[in-house]
Amino acid sequence: MIAFWILAVAMIVSAIWCVTASRPIYSVVALLGNFLMLAIMYLTLNAEFLAVIQMIVYSGAILILFLFVIALLSSGIAPFSVGPDRLPRIAYPAIALTLIALGFLTWALVRTTVATPAATANGAALGPVGTPDVFGSVGDFGTALFTTYLLPFEITALILMVAVIGVVLLAGDRAPYVATKKRAADVKREMREAILREGNQ
Amino acid sequence: MNVMTVPLAHYIALSAVIFFIGVAGVVTRRNPLIMLMSIELMFNAANLLFAAFARAWLNNAGHIFVFLVITVAAAEAAIGLAIVVTVFRSAHTVDVDDVALLKG
Repeated sequence: MIAFWILAVAMIVSAIWCVTASRPIYSVVALLGNFLMLAIMYLTLNAEFLAVIQMIVYSGAILILFLFVIALLSSGIAPFSVGPDRLPRIAYPAIALTLIALGFLTWALVRTTVATPAATANGAALGPVGTPDVFGSVGDFGTALFTTYLLPFEITALILMVAVIGVVLLAGDRAPYVATKKRAADVKREMREAILREGNQ
Repeated sequence: MNVMTVPLAHYIALSAVIFFIGVAGVVTRRNPLIMLMSIELMFNAANLLFAAFARAWLNNAGHIFVFLVITVAAAEAAIGLAIVVTVFRSAHTVDVDDVALLKG
């Protein structure tokens, strides 16, 4: 319980720091702290594998990607910083609306009682694989991922492939290939000329 | 093991607070990198909720959902940053308000 409160306060503080930082690099540092706290919180929730991939994928891969982009963009002519009050007129209404939405959510949360299953009281697992003793362990997670949830796992591969293709197409070395009728005609003409050249030789 | 020491409502409240901090970041900031990071904050709030509910119900499905969300977040970050780099290459600015070509 004490650990939860320490982690919760640290997470909220680092999230606010991330949003209000004047430079993106400070934001990255704050977000890194937030992700580490979240990984510890996953550990307290018996989600060991999630804690590990939170550290590897989020802190290791995504934040490094952010750092690379910041370094790439700020290495040029313009220093790369946009102040926190870039839109001062909209900031206060936006924060007010956010607080109102949060208030509504809190109100709804206070009014309703969160349903927890009765079956967990006597230790019986409701999930297809999970059992109380091994719940959240890497073996448990892997068994569920490769048996019951095999199709979502394979869809994951498709999502990552689409992302890779999209990134290469967007930020690749050459300009994006845009198919037009003119370009199709050019290609057809070049092919015909190549065939004629082959025939001449 | 069976009883959560922290009530589920605490996790829901923490997740809501972090989610709305992310919303405020997306709405108020005009730096696309910080906007993307705020979106990551929102993803993480949802992930925390998935993990907390999975723990409360002792059901693995929440963990699988977190796995999927992390995958989608990685893809989203990669493509979003690629768009930022492309825009910076052509427009030499990263201010979201300056990139208003489609506004008409």
